[in-house]
Amino acid sequence: MLCLAYACVVVAVVPLAAVLLYVIVKGAGAWDREFFTGLPTLFGSGGGVANGIVGTLITVALASAIGIPFGVMAGIYLSEYGRGWLGALIRFVADTMTGIPSIVAGIFVYGLVVLNLGGYSGFAGALSLAILMIPVIARSTEGVVRLVPDSIREASLALGVPRWKTTLRVVVPAALGGILTGILLSVARVAGETAPLLFTAFGSDYFNLDPFKGPMPELPIQIYNAARSAYPGVIQVGWGAALLLVLMVLVANLTARVIFRGRGTGAGF
Amino acid sequence: MSSFAKKLRRGNAGDLVFELLALLFGLSVLAITFGIVFELWINTALSREKFGFGFLWSRDFNVNGGRIGALTVIYGTVVTAVIAIVLSGLVGVGIAAFLVEVAPRRLNRVVGFVVELLAAIPSIVYGFWGIFALAPWLGRYVVPIIKDLLAWLPIFSGPYVNASVFTASIVLAIMILPTVAAISRDVIEAVPDSQREGMLALGATRWEMFSRAVLPYAKNGVLGALILGMGRAAGETMAVTLIIGNNAQLFTSLFQQGATMASVIANDFGEAQGLFLSALLEIGLLLFAITFFINVGARLLVWFFVRDPKGGVRV
Repeated sequence: MLCLAYACVVVAVVPLAAVLLYVIVKGAGAWDREFFTGLPTLFGSGGGVANGIVGTLITVALASAIGIPFGVMAGIYLSEYGRGWLGALIRFVADTMTGIPSIVAGIFVYGLVVLNLGGYSGFAGALSLAILMIPVIARSTEGVVRLVPDSIREASLALGVPRWKTTLRVVVPAALGGILTGILLSVARVAGETAPLLFTAFGSDYFNLDPFKGPMPELPIQIYNAARSAYPGVIQVGWGAALLLVLMVLVANLTARVIFRGRGTGAGF
Repeated sequence: MSSFAKKLRRGNAGDLVFELLALLFGLSVLAITFGIVFELWINTALSREKFGFGFLWSRDFNVNGGRIGALTVIYGTVVTAVIAIVLSGLVGVGIAAFLVEVAPRRLNRVVGFVVELLAAIPSIVYGFWGIFALAPWLGRYVVPIIKDLLAWLPIFSGPYVNASVFTASIVLAIMILPTVAAISRDVIEAVPDSQREGMLALGATRWEMFSRAVLPYAKNGVLGALILGMGRAAGETMAVTLIIGNNAQLFTSLFQQGATMASVIANDFGEAQGLFLSALLEIGLLLFAITFFINVGARLLVWFFVRDPKGGVRV
């Protein structure tokens, strides 16, 4: 039993170490001035991914601007008001939606926005990412808001504070660390998403700072393109981009955990 | 709605407005879900009209000839997902058992943390690593051993290519491991200690205690974890698209190339038009339906098992 259990742990940890080591070693070799300042090229040295870094930041920021209010408010609804069958239904659907393939969000937004509103854009990409964020944020927000003891709510209500003010000024601040953790984890998750962006933001070899007009360059799509290239220089840049993406995601992840540490139960494995 | 009316009578307009607002945001979750189904449904009219139900079991994937069926990609999805869940189910439940039953507290936290990092790495990075690092490595060290021992099995016949069903299944297994391990752990932790104590009191070893008392008790929950992991594997897109070779065929050997529902959409959507686009969207709708029902079933299983006080299962 002991041997078996330890063997399982080794089998699980080895691939992680392999992925991380490989990406770090290969990726760090690709990091130079051109990588951070140049535009992608189709062959030769492969150029850089400056436009993809900027595009990804814009898209993820826009997705957060859409997804966070929806997710947090839906979470507040679920924890504070969603008692009956409607609450149960929304909770159940939100849970199920967290497991929906991300590419489905992509083709949904393609039909809804790209076909109707004149083509690929960073906004369409952000919308598809926001769709993935909302259920995750809603469920994590619900979880931590529920952990706020009822006595705090009662104290506020007993002082004559209306319920909505109690929720916004007392309950939400008390749960803020946990809410932020959920938000950061979901941002980290969608920052690495590729599939929904393929047909919405589409990617671009040039700079595009306007998320409402024209294809938007995206770091994950640049990795995808590099993986399908035959040129060693381009693949090299792909490794560099993979390292950058992993670092971005892991930093967001670790930050989320640091915020939450020492705040009781919840978001840990 | 009567509570709204009551509040209005009490003159507490702020509460009413806030509750309605929260409800609207809550309903947005339902709206998105129904929006996806509705949007995909109307955009697949062309394909549904042309192929009807035969779409599901037609093995043709001839885009130029205008004959498109989903069987080859459904087959690819099922095969890769099943192999992935068998591999990561064995390891994932093993880790869960280890963490709950034997691991010292500190190691528990470290392993839990590492497994969670595995979940955070983006799919596209797994794909990139899979095609440039894992696939050649497997070809050099693992495939020759399999060929020596098992070449007589049809599923291991033929030459190995880097981009193959075999490689894709293994990468999928690594990717869904965190899901399987995390939920199995929650489920095994929820087994009451009295079960363990009873078994130990009867003189059982730790292994007997686990296999005869804990595992049977947690059976449904673990099953739920496995099904949930399979749902993940079925919907995983980018890594598979890069690794599986994107050849919509009914492969017999795992060393051949294949395609899954998600990978065919990712690979072909950009160039698709008209009927083909409609057919791809229909595959997307099918994928949505399949993963939705897998999730519903798995969640019901896990949910009935791990009720409060743990507060449900996070994924």
